[in-house]
Amino acid sequence: MAAEKLLDFDVALEKFEPVLGFEVHIELGTVTKMFSPAPNPAAFGAESGAQSAAPNTLIATVDLGLPGSLPVVNEQAVRYSISLGLALGCSIAATSRFARKNYFYPDLAKNYQISQSDEPIAFEGEVEVELDDGTVFTVPIERAHMEEDAGKLTHMGGSTGRIQGAEYSLVDYNRAGVPLVEIVTKPIYGAEKRAPELARAYVATIRDIVRSLGVSEARMERGNLRCDANVSLRPRGQEKLGTRTETKNVNSLRSVERAVRYEIQRQAAILDAGGSILQETRHWHEDTGVTSPGRVKSDADDYRYFPEPDLVPIVPSRELVAELRAALPESPAAFRRRLKAEYGFTDSEFQDLVNANLLVELGQTVSAGAAPAQARKWWLGEILRIANSRGVEAGTLISPFDVSELIALVESGELTDRLARQVLEGVIAGEGTPDEVVKARGLAVVSDDTALIAAIDEALAAQPDVLDKIRDGKVQAAGAVIGAVMKAMKGTADAARVRELILERAQA
Amino acid sequence: MGDDLTRLTASALADKLAAGEVSSVEATSAHLDRIAEIDGGVHAFLHIAGDAALKRASEVDQLRADGHDVGPLGGVPIAIKDVLCTYDMPSTAASRILEGWIPPYDATVVARLRSANLIPLGKTNMDEFAMGSSTEYSAYGPTRNPWDLDRIPGGSGGGSAAAVASFEAPFALGSDTGGSIRQPAAVTGTVGVKPTYGGVSRYGAIALASSLDQVGPVSRTVLDAALLHDIIGGHDPRDSTSLDQLWPSFADAARAGAENLALSGVRIGVVKELGGAGFQAGVTQRFTETLRLLEQAGAEIVEVSAPHFEYAIAAYYLILPAEASSNLARFDSVRFGLRVTPEGGGTVEQVMAATREAGFGPEVKRRIILGTYALSAGYYDAYYGSAQKVRTLIQRDFDAAFEQVDLLLSPSAPTTAFKFGEKTADPLSMYLNDITTIPANLAGVPGMGLPIGLAPEDGLPVGLQIMAPAREDARLYRFGATLEALLEDAWGHPLLDLLPTVPHSYEPKPVGRVPAHLAPQPGAGTEPDGGAL
Repeated sequence: MAAEKLLDFDVALEKFEPVLGFEVHIELGTVTKMFSPAPNPAAFGAESGAQSAAPNTLIATVDLGLPGSLPVVNEQAVRYSISLGLALGCSIAATSRFARKNYFYPDLAKNYQISQSDEPIAFEGEVEVELDDGTVFTVPIERAHMEEDAGKLTHMGGSTGRIQGAEYSLVDYNRAGVPLVEIVTKPIYGAEKRAPELARAYVATIRDIVRSLGVSEARMERGNLRCDANVSLRPRGQEKLGTRTETKNVNSLRSVERAVRYEIQRQAAILDAGGSILQETRHWHEDTGVTSPGRVKSDADDYRYFPEPDLVPIVPSRELVAELRAALPESPAAFRRRLKAEYGFTDSEFQDLVNANLLVELGQTVSAGAAPAQARKWWLGEILRIANSRGVEAGTLISPFDVSELIALVESGELTDRLARQVLEGVIAGEGTPDEVVKARGLAVVSDDTALIAAIDEALAAQPDVLDKIRDGKVQAAGAVIGAVMKAMKGTADAARVRELILERAQA
Repeated sequence: MGDDLTRLTASALADKLAAGEVSSVEATSAHLDRIAEIDGGVHAFLHIAGDAALKRASEVDQLRADGHDVGPLGGVPIAIKDVLCTYDMPSTAASRILEGWIPPYDATVVARLRSANLIPLGKTNMDEFAMGSSTEYSAYGPTRNPWDLDRIPGGSGGGSAAAVASFEAPFALGSDTGGSIRQPAAVTGTVGVKPTYGGVSRYGAIALASSLDQVGPVSRTVLDAALLHDIIGGHDPRDSTSLDQLWPSFADAARAGAENLALSGVRIGVVKELGGAGFQAGVTQRFTETLRLLEQAGAEIVEVSAPHFEYAIAAYYLILPAEASSNLARFDSVRFGLRVTPEGGGTVEQVMAATREAGFGPEVKRRIILGTYALSAGYYDAYYGSAQKVRTLIQRDFDAAFEQVDLLLSPSAPTTAFKFGEKTADPLSMYLNDITTIPANLAGVPGMGLPIGLAPEDGLPVGLQIMAPAREDARLYRFGATLEALLEDAWGHPLLDLLPTVPHSYEPKPVGRVPAHLAPQPGAGTEPDGGAL
C-alpha cells in the first residue's frame, strides 16, 4: 500500500481543527443469538468451543434466512443493551423498534439486517474518558442500538484476500445473528492535539464499561469490540464541518490511536494542498500503519429502512429499567480512582495494571478477599507470564475468585509459593478450583512435623556436619538440608517450617 | 364406497373413524383415488404424498386399534397450501425459484396437524408467493374451478379451495394476506376463515407480507373450519406476532350456532362501501336475500359506513409490495433454491440477478419493483408512510362500526368466478377484485367467507363475508354456523350438492381461451411421490 503524503502532525493541528466520531460495535456475550436459538460464538467462555466451531454449524433456520423462518428477540440481549445504555448515561426508550436495513450481500442471509433505525433502545448519553495524565474528557453519546451481525466471507483464489480478483468465496453463517450493540457518538470537538490519545482512551473506556457490566468479553483481537473511527478536519475559524472519512478494521487500542493520527495528517496534507476529502470508508493496515480507500460512501446510500413487521416493539417496564440501573457496577473511571487510592498503589504500580488490562480482575480478586498487594503480585507475575507465553489475555485464564482462593491458601500456609504455582497451572488447565486441584494433585503442604522431622533426620544423617556449621553461625548451611528435605517430600513441605525445625535442632 | 367417503365432511368422517366404521387407510385411499381421477383437469395439487399419506394413515389406524386417543380429527386427510413448509414434501410457494425445495422443518401449523394425527395428502397450488386472485400466476400452471374448468378458482389459494370443493380433500390449510382464503371460498362454494392477526402462527409460512399474512382453514362446513382452527390456532413462541392468550373452542361456538338458530338481539352491519356499483347483479341479489333471511331469524340489520375503505386497495398495494420486496430478497441462490449462472460465469451479483430474473414470475417482479420504489428514500413518507396512516384510519372505521354492531357483512367478492385470462392483461382490475377482503387484513380483524347460493345469471357460487372485531373469531363461527343451517334448511341440501360432475381432464373450449403462458408446461405440475397413483 503506497503511503500517501502526510502533513506534520503539529503543523496539521495549527491549521486545522480535528473533529472525531466513533461507531463502536459490541458483540454481546449471550448464550444464544440475537434472534435465533443457535449458540452464540461470542458467548462468554465460548473460546474453546463455539468460537472455533466448524463453519455453518452454529446456525438455526433464521440465521440462514430460510423461507418461513421468523426472528424472536433474545431477552438477555435486551437486558444487556439496557444496562449498557444506562452505563453510557443514556435515556432508555419507553418504546423502541427494530427496523429492516435492506441491501444485497451474500454474508447477509436475508439480504436485510435487522437493526434499529429511528427508534433505538438508548439515546442521549455521555461518557467520561480519562486521558493518560488524568484529565477527564466528556464524550457525548448519540445513541446505542441493537442489531444482528452478518456472516463471514472468505475470498479464495485471489492474491489480496479481497473480493476483487477472487475466484470464489466461502460463506460462514456462524457469526450471522450474533447480538450487537452499536454505540454512536455525537461529533467530538476540542480534543485538538490529543485527538489520537482521546480515540484510544475512549475505546478503552467503552471496553472497560462493557467488561465491568459483564455483557461482553470485549476482546478486540477477536472482534468482540470493533471500532469505526470518523475523522474530519476544518480550517481554523470555520464553522462548517469538513468532509469525514470512516476508518474500519482498527482492531487494537494502539491502532485506534495510530489510525486517527494518520487520518489527521493525511487529510491535512490534501486540504493544505488545496484538495478536497472524499467521503469514503477507509481500511486500516496494522502492518504498514496506513489507511487505504474502500468504498465511496455517499449519504444517498438507500437502505430502504422500514419497521420490522416480524417483531413487536420493545417496551421495557419501568421496574426492569430500575432494577438494571440499581445493579450497575461503579463506572470504570470511579473504579480506577478508588482502586488507586484504596489499595495504595504507586503511579507506576497502577499503570502496570492498566497496561496489562487487569484492573477489573484485580478489583474482583480483592473483593473476593485477597490483599491488594498479593492480588497484584499474582496477576502481574505468574498469571501474566503464562498469558504472555500463550499469547492470550491474562483475564481469560483464570477467574478472580480462583486467584483469591489461591492467595488464601498461601496465606494460611497450606501452600508454598512453589506449590501454589503448580495449583495455578492445574486451575488454568481446567482441573477445577484451587481447592480441588490441591486435593486431586495431593499438593497440600505437609504440616505434620513428625513427617518433616523424619525427613530432616534422614538428611542430617547424610550431612552430619551441618548442625555444627549452624552452631558456628553459618546459618546458610541449613540450605543444603532444606533442599534435600524438600526433594524428599516432593515439594509438599513448607520450606520455612523445615528451616525452623533445623534451627531448633541445632540449638537443642 | 370411495365416492361416499369423499363426500363426507371432516367431522362426519371423524365420527365414522371413531366408531370404527371406516379406517383412515380407507378414507385416505378414497381421497387419493379421487385426486387421481380428476386432478388432471382441476390441477389443485402440486405434490401428492400418496405413499406417505397411506403409511401415516395406517399408523394412525394402529394407534387407534391399540387404544390410544388419536384426537377428534385423528385419521382425517387434509390438503396443505404450498406456501407452508413441510419437512417431507417440496414447499415451493408455486415458484420456480423454490422448485423441488424441501425445508428442513415443518411450519408450526403443519406440526400441529401432524400431532393431531391428520393425514397430509399433498401440497396445493396457488399464485406464486400468494400474489394473485386466480392461481393464474402459479409457475406450474393454473388450478381450474371445479364448477367450470374454464374459470378461475380464485387466488391465491385456488388449489386448496378447488381441492375441497371437488371432494379431493375434506378440508385444507390456506393463507390469507388480502383475501387468499375468502375469495377462493366465494368462487368455489366453500368456507374459508382468515383468523384474527396473531391468532395462528406464521412460523414456517413463506412470507408474502408479514403484517398481513394469516394462516387459516378451508372447508366445506363452518364446523369443519372451526375444528381445524382449534388445532392450528393458539400462541407460538416462535412467532413474535402471535397473540399470547387462551382461545375458546371454535368448534363449540359452531355447534352452539347450529343448534340455536334464533338471531334476536344480534346486530348486523352492512358496509355501505362494500357493495353497489361494480358488483355483479346476481351477487347483490343473493346478498340481499341473505339479509332478508337473517332478519326473519331475528337479526337487526343496519347500514354502516366505513369512509376510509375506499383507500384500502391503494394502501394495501403499497404496504404489501414494500414488505414483499424485503421478504423476497432472500431468494438469491446463495443458500437454497434455484441458481442460474450466466453463460461464462459471473460475479455473485450477476448470479443473484440471473437467478431472480429466471426464478420469479411477472407478478412477483412487478410487486418487488413497486415495493422497492415505495420504500426508497424520498418516497417513503409519500407512499409507505401514507399507507400506514390509511391503515390506522381503516382500523378506526372498524372500531367505530363495531361500536354499533356485532358483525359486519359484505359480499366476499364483487363477482362470481371469472374466466382465465380475463384480468391478467390488466393487473389493476385483478387488484380491484380484492376490494371486499383487504380491509380485514389491514385492520387485523377476522373474516369468514361462506356460500350463499348460485348467481342466477351464470349458476356460479356467490360468497358472503362476515367480519368480527379482533379476537372475536368465536363470534364468526357461531353466527356462520347459524346462517349455514338457515340456508341449508331453505335449500334442503348443502350448496356443493349442486356441483356438476367434474371432468377427469381439461379440454380447452374453444382453443386458445387459456393464454399460452398459462397452459400447463411439460415437466411441471403434479408430481406423485410413489406408486399410490
